Amino acid sequence: MYSKKVMEHFNNPRNVGEMKDADGIGKVGNPRCGDVMWLYIKVEKKEGKELIKDVKFKTFGCVAAIATSSAVTELVKGKEVNVIEKLTKDNVVDILEGLPPIKVHCSILAIEALHAAIKDYKEKSKT
Amino acid sequence: MKVYVDNGASTKVDGKVLKAMEPYFTEKYGNASSLHDFGRDALEGLEKARTIIAKKINASAGEIIFTSGGTESDNMAVIGAAYANKNKNHIITSAIEHPAILNTCQELEKRGFDVTYLSVDEGGFVDPKDVESAITDKTALVTIMHANNETGVIEPIEEIGKICREKGVLFHTDTVQSFTKVDINVKKMNIDMASFSSHKIHGPKGVGALYVRTGVKIKKLMYGGKHEFNLRPGTENVAGAIGFAEAVKQMKDSNVKHVTELRDKLIEGVFDSIERVKLNGPRENRLCNNVNFSYLGLEGETISTYLSMKGVATSTGSACASASLEPSHVLIAMGMKHEDAHGSIRMTLSKFTTEEEIEYILKVLPDIIKKSRRISPL
Repeated sequence: MYSKKVMEHFNNPRNVGEMKDADGIGKVGNPRCGDVMWLYIKVEKKEGKELIKDVKFKTFGCVAAIATSSAVTELVKGKEVNVIEKLTKDNVVDILEGLPPIKVHCSILAIEALHAAIKDYKEKSKT
Repeated sequence: MKVYVDNGASTKVDGKVLKAMEPYFTEKYGNASSLHDFGRDALEGLEKARTIIAKKINASAGEIIFTSGGTESDNMAVIGAAYANKNKNHIITSAIEHPAILNTCQELEKRGFDVTYLSVDEGGFVDPKDVESAITDKTALVTIMHANNETGVIEPIEEIGKICREKGVLFHTDTVQSFTKVDINVKKMNIDMASFSSHKIHGPKGVGALYVRTGVKIKKLMYGGKHEFNLRPGTENVAGAIGFAEAVKQMKDSNVKHVTELRDKLIEGVFDSIERVKLNGPRENRLCNNVNFSYLGLEGETISTYLSMKGVATSTGSACASASLEPSHVLIAMGMKHEDAHGSIRMTLSKFTTEEEIEYILKVLPDIIKKSRRISPL
């Protein structure tokens, strides 16, 4: 049912953990529905650019929820904030070599977590 | 190591069952309705099988109808009783039934019948008093399962049967999970109809039976020949019936004892080695082969997939493993929180399960739970 890539991320999820000094945190989902994702980002300003220096996640959910979380963290690490802001669920689905139709909502949730973390970072950096 | 603990889903066919079936494919392959020797041999086999199953539940051979399995038996009992009692339009069941009952009842609701879905307590038990107070003069049937497929809870069907008989209401029970694991005596338990399945007890798939007490009228579902006492047309699955009956013969009291010991070892082992777990269903009045835990803060599909990677086949009642987004209706009916219900894993043992297999599960499971919990924020 799942692609090799999904299973690989699921079995060896990247960037698992929490971050005490995160610049932005995105918490999405609801335990009642069986999916919760927490995404932490650390942003570094370098030569006028805002780069994702580090990223961590914790996810309560199924195989696809864990794999999409891991894939998103891998996708954004080292990238510019204004670039990753434009990522969509399709980018996540693509690097995972597809998701079963009933699991596509997991990739949406992972992107929502990312966007929530960026929003949190921007609000915090305003003050 | 490969460990199969999903015997509530289906089982390995017993070698003796396979051997008993073989001649009915290669030598006694006639149609049981035919008058020649081939037909007569097939008919003899079919009737022998019917008698074995009838004896096991203290019924007569003429009260056993072979079907394609548990689902057909459940449909036949519920729809058959609903339409045979023209001046009644009410059915009583429970919220924790198998979809073969629940979805059949929902279909009958669409066709104008009233259905009462009785709730259960925290342990998953139906209260016989609730059955009694739900019965009206319009009630055509009460259908309550003998043992639940997810939690293994054994319902008080003898008490329910007694109430139904006193009130003159038909009582059906789905015994697909309990048959040969818990004694069934249709007379003592006042059962009017009962559903059985072969492939849950090391028989072949595609065959089951419905017990219909003599004198109970049901309307048949399918039309064709006059097979199976004119209640279930279609050329009989003789080899299947033979296999089913042999599977019944091969389930011994010693098997139940063996499985019970392994179940208790597994339950205790999980409690001893893993924190934040909840046993779903009771310790007592539980099927000998059922172990169902919720691993709090985790989602079932994650655990069952990691287990599968270690060679352990289990099942999960979690929503994420199925097309629906709702967790197990059984656990929710027992009052469990959604997030806890999402984390349930069912392990169902069989007479072929070994102590080494249980030890292997207890060796790999704690690490899997540890790994999963490192990922979870809950």
